[in-house]
Amino acid sequence: MPTLKIDGKDITVEAGKTVLQACEEAGISVPRFCYHERLSIAGNCRMCLVEMERSPKPIASCAMPAGEGMVIHTNTETVKKAREGVMEFLLINHPLDCPICDQGGECDLQDQAVSFGRSRNRYDENKRAVTDKNMGPLIDTTMTRCIHCMRCVRFSSELAGVDDMGALYRGENSQIVTYLDGLLDSEMSGNVIDLCPVGALTSKPYSFTARSWELTHHTSIDVMDAVGSNISVDVRGNTVMRINPVINDDVNEEWISDKTRFAYDGLTKRRLDRPYIKKKGKFVEASWSDAFVAIQRHLRGLKGSEIAAIVGDQADMESMKALKDLLAKRRSNRVECRQDSAAHDAANRAGYIMNSMIKGLDEADYVLLVGANIRCDAPVINTRILKNVKGRGLSVGVIGDTSELNFRVEDHGNDPSIITKLSNGRHAISKKLKAAKKPMIIVGDAALCRSDGAAILAELSRLAEQYCNTEDWNGFNVLHTAASRVGGLDLGLTTEGGVESILVDAEAGDLKAVILLGADEIDTSRLAKTFTVYLGTHGDAGVSRANVILPAAAYTEKSGTYANTEGRLQRTERAVPPLGDAREDWAILRALSDKLNVTLPYNNLSELRASIDFAGDLGVFTKAEWGDFGKSGDIDSTSFVGPDGRFYQSNPIARASETMAECVAVRCDTQQEATGTNG
Amino acid sequence: MSVIVQAAKSLILKEFLAAFWLTTKYFFRPKVTINYPYEKGPLSPRFRGEHALRRYPNGEERCIACKLCEAICPAQAITIEAEPRDDGSRRTTRYDIDMTKCIYCGFCQEACPVDAIVEGPNFEFAAETREELMYDKNKLLANGERWEREIAANIAADAPYR
Repeated sequence: MPTLKIDGKDITVEAGKTVLQACEEAGISVPRFCYHERLSIAGNCRMCLVEMERSPKPIASCAMPAGEGMVIHTNTETVKKAREGVMEFLLINHPLDCPICDQGGECDLQDQAVSFGRSRNRYDENKRAVTDKNMGPLIDTTMTRCIHCMRCVRFSSELAGVDDMGALYRGENSQIVTYLDGLLDSEMSGNVIDLCPVGALTSKPYSFTARSWELTHHTSIDVMDAVGSNISVDVRGNTVMRINPVINDDVNEEWISDKTRFAYDGLTKRRLDRPYIKKKGKFVEASWSDAFVAIQRHLRGLKGSEIAAIVGDQADMESMKALKDLLAKRRSNRVECRQDSAAHDAANRAGYIMNSMIKGLDEADYVLLVGANIRCDAPVINTRILKNVKGRGLSVGVIGDTSELNFRVEDHGNDPSIITKLSNGRHAISKKLKAAKKPMIIVGDAALCRSDGAAILAELSRLAEQYCNTEDWNGFNVLHTAASRVGGLDLGLTTEGGVESILVDAEAGDLKAVILLGADEIDTSRLAKTFTVYLGTHGDAGVSRANVILPAAAYTEKSGTYANTEGRLQRTERAVPPLGDAREDWAILRALSDKLNVTLPYNNLSELRASIDFAGDLGVFTKAEWGDFGKSGDIDSTSFVGPDGRFYQSNPIARASETMAECVAVRCDTQQEATGTNG
Repeated sequence: MSVIVQAAKSLILKEFLAAFWLTTKYFFRPKVTINYPYEKGPLSPRFRGEHALRRYPNGEERCIACKLCEAICPAQAITIEAEPRDDGSRRTTRYDIDMTKCIYCGFCQEACPVDAIVEGPNFEFAAETREELMYDKNKLLANGERWEREIAANIAADAPYR
């Protein structure tokens, strides 16, 4: 624990911290470009120069380890001159095109040039020009603006797991390039836009459409996957202009996936903006009251056993609760939230959440992935694992498909029946689990969405009990793919037989009415015989067989509670009003209940929330009681299915997004080229 | 004493005579009123009149949609929407000025990095309806074409003082 003196103030910091970090702890801000707290140290921008006594020249504080007895000055004439000098050099080749640069207004270089630079430039030669690079449909490049901080290069190799970026040539000629022209092969590529301290890498879909000072920021939660990344929805007027990450060290640190960041253009495309009723095989625009009357007419006289509901992947807990209550009033408890038939057991919370938490990955010493296609299902968690694998040599074992994983793993094959052999302690995995102090088992949808899913779940719970669980550590983790799933399970929205039995009954004609709450991932052709009400946002698969369509609000248009895969409850914020005639889901269900003469007992959102038995407080992780879950049985040796390649189009919003479609097109192109049959 | 002086001044109608003298003096001087609109007074090169969007000599519009004028406008009279043009350059798709909101402060002109939006010498743009005073991009560009000579001369005349 070295103690050093910074600007006359004594401060003691942890061993291994740098002078810059010590300055920050002392409350002194030091300008920087290349230093970033979540990346390795490069020390190449020289902006963080400070003066150290008994050193002949200023030192780069980001790269200098804090030492005992150092005396640092950050506000002397020498430091001021050094910073001015560095800034003048940086600006020599930087074009002064701030007015047309999308970074203008939120640019580190702009801000620091004002705070620390000289007001005049003495350079009057020609500036250098660099050709722009093609980095795919997401990232716009203006490489002339680059100041070579290497943040993007470090990010792509350290956290995105692709060594696609680097610097070519040297001195004034050096350029940041992607070695392969085209899309950066990562689901996290968009983060280099935030990392770039200048306007060299900017967002392509957002380009030139708004300026940072016009935007209002709404802190919200992402629903593209079950990670629940914290996001800021930036709005101009009534339009979502862009989505940026918000720092939450427990969940997403400061990264978000490309789908989270760029799928927002799907919020305005293919939207359901008014109610529709199907008449003679065609959808006819209708008013809300006509739609409700149509539903009322069809539900009249139906028994409770003839009504069911399926909940989609992006439903908030409030609307799920309203749906559950509505059906309960009609004497049906057949509400199913597991669209993909995953074998989750709603009775035991520890059996369907991530008990070690996402930040537990930073402590864990062994991770076993079972049927978890983590890179496409939860890129943010993938990045967290990758960081630990590269940073501190975390060892990761995989039972399942490893074709897409971008970090070093022990591949134990893709045979689920291995799981049954682990309890005797002789298998390599069981030895690892036994030796580890904080092991984590992460089981994904590929393992649970099978007929033997319950058996796998039961076997893994036994393994967790045997090897992983101690008093202060629970190593059993479920990786969900749907943002609504844990919330739905918390509300107990499971039925005997799951979605399959609902669909079978619907085909047989036993079910007379089905309500779909944004459920698009099921085979809706099997609902042809029933009266189907679709309550959702997009004209996707779910509407194809619907008889009545009720337009609902998307996640940026309502305040809703979501439980992420850890079971952490988080709430979205209403950033824009619902499109057209659309309304918030719970309000639609409340209005419908009036029409059906089974009025739900809440008149506003807070009353509705008061009626929900939340598993914990907002934003914090709540531990769950351990217990038995799953159902013992035989485990089939059929391999787990690998990633289906639908990362960019896994939900209705992403499927409506043109940006995501472009990503898919570019991906397909590169793959075709790889086979040598292209052109 | 002052009472007596005051009384004497009133008695000889001093203030009346002084005013009458002034009137008489100006009666014989040349007239200062002009016969507007046939005659017009001089305007400073810094006169802030009707807005115009300028073009470069090669016909390319100057405005690059940086939105600094929109940001600085104290009356929030300017509305801009932008997107990349086909050739990839940053251009406005909409540039509206609500001339009824505008307070003619000239900040937009000050903020503009490319001398695109200027307040020209024209002050005779009264209209019969409010709608005519909602200027759009075409109107502003047309103004620019119409007044370019005067505007360019004004900017050149003012340049040494900036």
